[in-house]
Amino acid sequence: MFRRTLLTLFSLVGLFALVFFLSRVTGDPSYLFLPVDASAEAREAFSQAHGFDQPVSVQFFSYLKSILSGDFGTSLRQQRPAMDIALEAFPVTLRLIGVSLLIAFAGALLFGCLAAMCPRGLADRLISLVSLAGASAPDFWVAIMLVLVFSVQLDLLPTSGLGGPAYWVLPVIVLVLRPFGLLGQVVRGAMIQALSAPFIKTARAKGVAERRVVFVHALRNAMLPVVTVAGDLTASLLNGAVIVETVFGWPGIGGVMINAILQRDFAVIQATILVTAIAILALNIVIDLTYGWLDPRLRTA
Amino acid sequence: MSRTDSNTIIPPSRSDARRLVRMLLRDPAPLLAVCVLLVIVFSALFGPLLVGEATTKPNFALRNAAPQLEHGLAYILGADNLGRSVLGRLVLGARTTISIAAGAVVLSLSIGGALGLLAGSRAGLLSDVIMRLTDIIMAFPSLLIALIVLYLLGPGIGNLVLVLAVTRIPIYLRTVRAEVMEIRRRPFVAAARSMGAGQGWIMRKHLIALVLPTLFTIAAVDFAAVIIAESGLSFLGLGVQPPDFTWGSMVAAGRGYISSAWWLAALPGAMILATTLSLAVLSNWVRLATDPAQAWRFFRTPKANAT
Repeated sequence: MFRRTLLTLFSLVGLFALVFFLSRVTGDPSYLFLPVDASAEAREAFSQAHGFDQPVSVQFFSYLKSILSGDFGTSLRQQRPAMDIALEAFPVTLRLIGVSLLIAFAGALLFGCLAAMCPRGLADRLISLVSLAGASAPDFWVAIMLVLVFSVQLDLLPTSGLGGPAYWVLPVIVLVLRPFGLLGQVVRGAMIQALSAPFIKTARAKGVAERRVVFVHALRNAMLPVVTVAGDLTASLLNGAVIVETVFGWPGIGGVMINAILQRDFAVIQATILVTAIAILALNIVIDLTYGWLDPRLRTA
Repeated sequence: MSRTDSNTIIPPSRSDARRLVRMLLRDPAPLLAVCVLLVIVFSALFGPLLVGEATTKPNFALRNAAPQLEHGLAYILGADNLGRSVLGRLVLGARTTISIAAGAVVLSLSIGGALGLLAGSRAGLLSDVIMRLTDIIMAFPSLLIALIVLYLLGPGIGNLVLVLAVTRIPIYLRTVRAEVMEIRRRPFVAAARSMGAGQGWIMRKHLIALVLPTLFTIAAVDFAAVIIAESGLSFLGLGVQPPDFTWGSMVAAGRGYISSAWWLAALPGAMILATTLSLAVLSNWVRLATDPAQAWRFFRTPKANAT
């Protein structure tokens, strides 16, 4: 456990280094921080004030120092600490992702098991088709089409913004679709395999009730790939959040990041990357721990 | 998986391909998927030869024209904001969309597969370094890392392929590593080793042979995911830049006309969906049809039915 935490810390440092070097080696950083039309004198003054004229190694250590002291620079557009902006936006995204993941996970487990219980049956074909469509649909297009049907044509739901439950319906549908589809298929595949394992025959031979065989004996053994995929999906839900927050105009971390990129506000981009990365590294640790808990054979590995 | 051990199903061998085609002709869903993909690949290969002036030249008389039959085949799916044929642009967009995705998939499959095999076949410092590197890549959600790198390097088709490939590597790497680690623990590998098989033999005959089908299934599904990722980036404005266009940037361009000309955003997106859905249906079917553990569903033998 201790070793894993150390390694995670290592990858955090690697991440900081990556962001630092990518932003420095690709040219004059003042082009990233300042508007395109800034004057040469302004660039010069900016480079001196931020130490960009010093050797890269010196810059790297001062960069590390400022990060460790919690200073991520100031937003050029909003004249506020960049970290404040990122931390304000994060809970919005977290709530959106949390709700979506919960719905997707529960749905995928239930429907995947039902599909695995009668392979090639009507229910299986139906569920497979629905989950395939969910996994294959481009989310930005689904979002636009939902807005077209439910907001523009039928005038039932708001097109964008943050507010009461009505504002949540379309974004959550868009975000749930893909993880539900992918997870449903993974659950189905893993369950079909788990159900054909010898210990299931043993359980059935012992007279264990079929529902218990499926949802307890087989499901626990099918959970390993499911947890891996669910973890990766949680990270990729942030991708979906970028799209959803852009289309529906939510003030979450994805929307903030896209706006910062389009406005070339690099301090905010950096802060949002780091907040996101720390959250996902924490998630990876949780996945690793769950892995060992589900399959004791992997614990020593 | 243990199904193969307990059942004596002889995997289909010589007439494999013909049998597969015959099975395909009996199954409507994958057959339709094959047809859709053939049409798309055909447009990607020969599309530019087929479309005429209606696709490339602005025609302001037909700005945002609705899908109709009056102006001939070219305008059957309507016209965009410059009066160009939507059908023709869909055909042209197929080439950029497909080639970007294909380049990214081939690149990430070979790099990710090789590194995963390396990381899975022996534990140690190298394996740890590889896994930490994937952690670093995975620490950024793929779309975010793509956005940031494209912001730093500048958008363009070359950078787009590169970024898409890098963000997909962890998927192949992790899957291959996990499979290799699991397979290595199985008795038949220990048996092969005790019979004197070398590291290279075990890797070729046991590890790669068992991992490869999984890898290709992932590649087919991933091809679809790459198309979606690319179109997402192009939709956000950091992917393909004009005058190049993909289906994704066509959706972005059509988004502004959503209440007046819905077909501009709806049709390119429908093409993306048709492609990705067909790939998913087909890869699913191929996996079922070729996996020995699932073969009993297709090749019914009396023994297989007995279980």
